[in-house]
Amino acid sequence: MNQLISLVKKDLLIEWRQKHTLFGVLLYVGATVFAVYIMNGQPEVKVWNALFWITQLFVAVNSVAKSFLQEHPNRFRYYFTVVKPTTFLLAKMLYSMVLMMGISLISLFLFSILLGNPVIQTAVFVGVTAAGSLALSAVFTFLSAIAARAQQNAALMAILGFPLVIPVLMILSNLALSAISPVYQEGWWVMMLVLLALGVLVIILGLILFPFLWQE
Amino acid sequence: MRSNWWKILCVVLLAYAIIGGLLLPVPARHILNETIRNLYFHVPMWFGMMLLFGISFYHSLMYLRKQDMNYDIKAVAFLKIGVLFSCLGMLTGMEWAKYTWGEPWSNDPKQLATAICMLSYFAYLILRGGIKDEEKRAKISAVYNVFAFAMMIPLLFVLPRLVDSLHPGNGGNPGFNSYDLDSRMRLVFYPAVIGWFLLGYWMSTLHVRINQINHKRDNTF
Repeated sequence: MNQLISLVKKDLLIEWRQKHTLFGVLLYVGATVFAVYIMNGQPEVKVWNALFWITQLFVAVNSVAKSFLQEHPNRFRYYFTVVKPTTFLLAKMLYSMVLMMGISLISLFLFSILLGNPVIQTAVFVGVTAAGSLALSAVFTFLSAIAARAQQNAALMAILGFPLVIPVLMILSNLALSAISPVYQEGWWVMMLVLLALGVLVIILGLILFPFLWQE
Repeated sequence: MRSNWWKILCVVLLAYAIIGGLLLPVPARHILNETIRNLYFHVPMWFGMMLLFGISFYHSLMYLRKQDMNYDIKAVAFLKIGVLFSCLGMLTGMEWAKYTWGEPWSNDPKQLATAICMLSYFAYLILRGGIKDEEKRAKISAVYNVFAFAMMIPLLFVLPRLVDSLHPGNGGNPGFNSYDLDSRMRLVFYPAVIGWFLLGYWMSTLHVRINQINHKRDNTF
């Protein structure tokens, strides 16, 4: 537990000290939202929702990719000797969840400024965004571990990840839709539970499979 | 000969499925008409694909447990033939959909699920292509195969809740079982399913044997 906290702390500290990567990601979000705005102006509700989640997808790929890919391969060997693989993966997942959650909220803010704010139930939408960033960052953290072990770049992670997160994105946009348009959705909570269950499934799979990736 | 009986069975069943499938009488249905014969070719592709991916998943699991290269060779072979089956299933399905639903692509959850499966297994092949070292390639791709397969299973249950289906037996559409798949069609359908699956299995074993020889001779495949 202590190891977990100190690992997450270490990653966040590095993030804070190397400000250029953090601000790079923020600039990426800003530029993406601006590009979307230039292309589309202020779209209608459904399009807004779709654009928001597509942006989240790209932001997730770019920000979460760093979790494993930014570490030097030789440094992994050091971590192997110090911590258990499951602790290491959990720490990375926690770190990217925190990062992703912050960035999603920022992009929600930017979206509401530039593309208009159709959100009726803000609390629900923020909740869905939070759940979404948890699920997306869990999937992409594990895939960035795979990509890092294969000595590849973020492009491979995107190829591996996009098909797997399509269902997650579909659930998310359906969930979010009930927060931005006054339609009653049957079984909203069931969907939410499915989403959370998927997140838990990814984490459990990661914990089971990661030790195999770990070994040299 | 004794170990090859299933290959003969495969040829016999497929010959029966093709000849019987095209010539034996089928129930006349509105819209479907004679395209209903595609049932003998399209649906077995899906069953075959599922089984082949399942076998590949099993071998990947076994690779992770035993670290034996043979399991990796088998996992890849079954996966590749599974991908081939999914492509064929998609093509036959789109052709069929063009004549019955009016367009080859109509956002049906089963089409979506298959497209997602295909994308992720193509990604598996790309992942393998990018790694030079065999041990490492085997391990990483086995991990991804297990991960992807386990993520696919919930997908099959979740997707139909999100999108309306046009397939028979979904969303209020009558299933083939209720009236279309009458006893005459069953006589061809079940042999066709078994025959196509045996063909896929046969192709995979050939692939396995080629790769095993390559592995033994050059220590690579």
